[in-house]
Amino acid sequence: MNSDRKPVIIIKNLSKTFGDHKVLNQFTMELYEGETLVIMGKSGSGKSVMIRCLIGLENHDGGQITIMGKNLDTMDAATLNEIRTEVGFLFQGSALYDSMSVRENLEFPLRRHFKKFGEIGDATPLVMEALDSVGLGQTIDLMPEELSGGMKRRIAMARTLILKPKIILYDEPTTGLDPITSKEIVLLMKSIQQTYKTSSIVITHDVDCARFIADRMILLIDGVNYAEGTYEELDRSQDPKIQAFFKK
Amino acid sequence: MNTFRNFITSIRSFLFETGELAFFAGRFFKEVFNRPFEWKEFARQCYHIGNKSLFLVAVTGFIIGLVFTLQSRPKMIELGAVAWLPSMVSISIIREIGPIITALICAGRIGSGIGAELGSMRVTEQIDAMEVSGTNPFKFLVVTRILATTLMIPLLVIMSDAVALFGSFLVENIKGDVSFTLYFDEVFRAIQFSDFFPATLKTFFFGFAIGLVGCYKGYYCKHGTAGVGKTANAAVVEASMLVFILDFTAVLVTDIFTS
Ligand SMILES: Nc1ncnc2c1ncn2[C@@H]1O[C@H](COP(=O)(O)OP(=O)(O)OP(=O)(O)O)[C@@H](O)[C@H]1O
Ligand SMILES: [Mg+2]
Repeated sequence: MNSDRKPVIIIKNLSKTFGDHKVLNQFTMELYEGETLVIMGKSGSGKSVMIRCLIGLENHDGGQITIMGKNLDTMDAATLNEIRTEVGFLFQGSALYDSMSVRENLEFPLRRHFKKFGEIGDATPLVMEALDSVGLGQTIDLMPEELSGGMKRRIAMARTLILKPKIILYDEPTTGLDPITSKEIVLLMKSIQQTYKTSSIVITHDVDCARFIADRMILLIDGVNYAEGTYEELDRSQDPKIQAFFKK
Repeated sequence: MNTFRNFITSIRSFLFETGELAFFAGRFFKEVFNRPFEWKEFARQCYHIGNKSLFLVAVTGFIIGLVFTLQSRPKMIELGAVAWLPSMVSISIIREIGPIITALICAGRIGSGIGAELGSMRVTEQIDAMEVSGTNPFKFLVVTRILATTLMIPLLVIMSDAVALFGSFLVENIKGDVSFTLYFDEVFRAIQFSDFFPATLKTFFFGFAIGLVGCYKGYYCKHGTAGVGKTANAAVVEASMLVFILDFTAVLVTDIFTS
């Protein structure tokens, strides 16, 4: 059904072992342009490891990763940095730099990727634009410790958005938040997807989030791509391993 | 039997740790020459280290100088050698007491601070976030911190020496009516280049060791937030050990060259 759409990320037979613990075992998937792909799996099933391999934070032992037509394994450092401006990463715990203010947090990637953006004098307009798109313009001069968990998550999203990425990887964006805040974050993700036309991979345990946001879903079980399909398709499945994720 | 096995295990982990630390130091020397240098972060770290320890180091130095002189005075009077007191005190302080006390304080304060800071950055993925933001975290965080401790700890030692000598002078002045000029004339007559130079040189190594251990521990911190506390603790213990080992080595080497 996706044959007419362009894949932006292709993962083929990805394997990763820690000691003698085989976390990923020939995992294969594709992400198509403009879609939101949700990946679900039990805690410890290797979702974070997979997404970290994808952005080159972790080396894999086998398989092939292609991002926007470029092979990650044969890429030099400059190309990898270039790719990292196109692929935003939202970390599981927000990962705001707690020694820096919100403004400095947002300026950091902008100034660091200066090869791409050139020297930026006053970055305030860009910072404000990113903050406004997550609805937190008033927090610009606060420190991370003054923010609530939900606000931190939004600031982290703003920090990702400031580079105007084409792809966003979300690692459990709603974990640790109350249901109402989770809902807000999910709505925000949807609106970002619509405004910026990004493609995204969303890792989550949250079935409600998945139903709302997923164009397509993958279940990561025992290190492989166990099942793939829309929310409805998977929800209808009789397989007990799949059912375990959807039972109310 | 069990104690023996524990002993072997701890020796093995000690050797392993030493190897890892050497490897980490090797990476530092490789990346320190990698352009561009992170000047801003380096300056920030220098300021931070100075600011964090200045007061503590000064107070400790002052009290050491004061107490040391108060304690030795009666004995020196008994021996009829009270005129030698300024020389004796200044040589002990500059050669040994100033450097080692300051280094130990800094191991406790700066070494653990760096360990905890980098450790919490590691477990909350801030270091990874830097990496995807087009920054080499080793260069940005580790190289700058190690260079900052290497530079700042010698400065702190010199300041601590000065304050300690002043403390000692106060005692002499109050108890023995020795004037400022007389006291410091004595001090400068007593201290030779061969006292000052090796003592200062070794403090650069102390600074390097404190930064290295703190960064190494923090950079490879594991086991979540609970690991951060352990990391800070281990950084203090290992940095202090390393300072003693370096001090001992420095004294041996100086001894060979001066005798
Ligand atoms: N650096 C590492 N060294 C050793 N084992 C690791 C490392 N990183 C991850 N693992 C192991 O890999 C497995 C998968 O971890 P991962 O963090 O990917 O799980 P996850 O699916 O993201 O779980 P969660 O939903 O809890 O975040 C775990 O068993 C973990 O212990
Ligand atoms: Mg995870």
